[in-house]
Amino acid sequence: MAMRKIAVVLAATGLGLAACGQSSGGGNGDTIELTITQNAIAGGKNAAAAGFVANWVIPKFEAAQKAKGKDVKVKFVPSGVDDEQYKTKLSLDLKSGKGADVIDIDGIWAGEFAQAGYIKPLADVVGPEAESWDGWSQIPESVQGLATYEGKKYALPIGTDGRVLYFNKTLFGKAGLPADWQPKSWQEIIDAGTKLKSSGVPVPIQINAGTAMGEATSMQGVLPLLAGAGGQVQQDGKWTGASQALKDALGLYQKIYGGGLGDPKLQQEAKGRDKSFQQFAEGKIGILMEGDYFWRGVVNPKDGVAPMDDRDQNVGYALIPAIEPGKGIRGQDFVSMSGGALRTVNPNSKHPKEAFELLAFTLSPEALKEETKDGNVRITPRTDVNKEILAGQPLLTFISEKVLPLTAYRPPVAVYPQVSVALQEATAAVVGGTAPDQAAADYQKKLEGIVGGAGNIAS
Amino acid sequence: MAQAISPPEVLDDKAPGRDRYSSDAAGLGRLRAGVFVAPALLLIAAFLVFPALWVLYLGLTNYRLTGAAAAEPRFVGLDNFLDAIANPTFWNSTWLTVQFVLGSAVIGQVVLGFTIAWLLRDRRGPLKRLVEGLVILAWILPSAVVSFLWVALLDRDGGTLNALLGIPGFPWLLDHPMLSIIIFNTWRGTAFSMMLYGAALGNVPPSHLESARLAGASGWQQLRDVVFPHIRGHILTNLLLISLWTFNDFSPFLLTAGGPDGRSEVLAVHVYKVALQSGELGYGAAVSTIILLINLVVAVFYLRLLRSKK
Repeated sequence: MAMRKIAVVLAATGLGLAACGQSSGGGNGDTIELTITQNAIAGGKNAAAAGFVANWVIPKFEAAQKAKGKDVKVKFVPSGVDDEQYKTKLSLDLKSGKGADVIDIDGIWAGEFAQAGYIKPLADVVGPEAESWDGWSQIPESVQGLATYEGKKYALPIGTDGRVLYFNKTLFGKAGLPADWQPKSWQEIIDAGTKLKSSGVPVPIQINAGTAMGEATSMQGVLPLLAGAGGQVQQDGKWTGASQALKDALGLYQKIYGGGLGDPKLQQEAKGRDKSFQQFAEGKIGILMEGDYFWRGVVNPKDGVAPMDDRDQNVGYALIPAIEPGKGIRGQDFVSMSGGALRTVNPNSKHPKEAFELLAFTLSPEALKEETKDGNVRITPRTDVNKEILAGQPLLTFISEKVLPLTAYRPPVAVYPQVSVALQEATAAVVGGTAPDQAAADYQKKLEGIVGGAGNIAS
Repeated sequence: MAQAISPPEVLDDKAPGRDRYSSDAAGLGRLRAGVFVAPALLLIAAFLVFPALWVLYLGLTNYRLTGAAAAEPRFVGLDNFLDAIANPTFWNSTWLTVQFVLGSAVIGQVVLGFTIAWLLRDRRGPLKRLVEGLVILAWILPSAVVSFLWVALLDRDGGTLNALLGIPGFPWLLDHPMLSIIIFNTWRGTAFSMMLYGAALGNVPPSHLESARLAGASGWQQLRDVVFPHIRGHILTNLLLISLWTFNDFSPFLLTAGGPDGRSEVLAVHVYKVALQSGELGYGAAVSTIILLINLVVAVFYLRLLRSKK
């Protein structure tokens, strides 16, 4: 263990970066010091979440602990970077035996973090109280599955989400398109894009592509399209290679970016996703495929990163259609992808029981209702809370009622993130001018190296 | 019984014990020197030799940032090195690094730095101070800060450069990523070369230049036959330092993140991406070792040149 720590520190030093972590200090006397981290920061990424933890969770939790006779001090460790950078920082923290006591991770990292020993089953870290937490009964089994790895619960799920096609109703009106637009095939998306282009919209369609966008390319790009063409990245234990579904998905990219309906440069820029958010808010993008985070954290008039004062009137949303009706996965007409974040206790925590209390407190009905006040609504993991807070929230009700029943999840295995990068590279190639068939063949070749040979691939 | 007392051996130069005493003294001296040098040697061993050997060792394993290989890395021999050699991205990065070093360090900073120093050599007053101040400003500002300034400067939408040139929408960082980072690095690093050459030019005896002028030498001939031979050592030292700095410079990541599509992924960025973004620490360590070897070759090459005509 000690050698591993030395190895990590030296590797980071040798590679020019130092691991910078925060650890829970023992504190003086009887004071228990806890830290909680999320990829959220005041005035920046996920500002509402950062503000909620700092201004509500911490004082309330500290007061509640004081009432129980415990002196607990909690510190929020903010972060406002790309998800990939957050993951790297977290990995280095955990590898060197540090990190905040309570940490948020993307559900898809659970497998590789568990395999590395960075996170451990909650029962092992905290004790039986983690299993007997009263909130579990309110969390649907599918959502619990996000936090489960090899049959053991590693975290509490924070919630789930879904993906849709957002569109700008003003631009649609100018192009003669309906305000209640709902395409039923990919061709209808292309047709709408063509009309938007004719009416002078600079970027008719924006579907994430390329490696600069990171996992956003997979979740809000190639994976929903793959599902719409009837494919899944992994099915029955085999990985999907250069299948017809993948070629179809890449073919749609070619139609959009090769046909002048999308901006290929936007897909290549280091901050392309942020820029696309800004451009949508400025009325330069007609159609954008995104998750409900876009509605909550980006164009949210209150504290989005690219706020739209007229969001509720001007931003429309539609289900993502299959390539043709009935041709999506499971024979569906419409498709989506869902993810979910997790919140867990750092196995390095000196106070795992108190850390779990803090974690559970953030997911108490009281906290979730408070967090989702004033338009900061999101789909929480708890059905008892969702019923109440989603009322009067058309987009989230739409996702909860119409999208979640037809959604799909990424394979919860450690190797997925590498497969995802290969998919991002395939889309980058197509946006850069490579033929879809060639990009699909190159993807399959890379996939063989990642998943352990052609025997694990179905074409 | 009285014993004859021999004279002390030390007094007898011929005595056999003389050498023994002398070597004792030398040994003591060496020991004392060793005690003084030991802390420095320990620091070098701890912070230079050991990490380098450790990175070399990591390069021989399949160590990863996450997943099973993070918990239990496996020895894979030279696989990572062979993978790097077979990886087109590695060669692409090597070629881009060569362009980066040749373009911004060798051509950009040396030529520009010398030119500014030469033009300012006999000048005094506010103009000289202004030029020096502007050039040095680029050098003293943190690279993260100036990188972000340049991103804003070169941005295709609303970038200052496009506004000044009247070419809105021109994607500098996307269409010419290497040219952009070469210009950036030249701008940032020229101050060091300028200051070094400014000091070196002060050592060129004015009488030599005067003689050359009287003999009818042109400006170029004065530079070639009088100035350059005098400051040869400075030029080579400058080349060595800025080549190595540029070779290992990470600021291209802040400008372009290595993109688009790897078109500015110099080796330092390549290592960051594979090791810390993709989490392949073993492979990253192998590439780091290769970079270290290339640096050593470059350093030895320059040092030999430096010593060759001393």
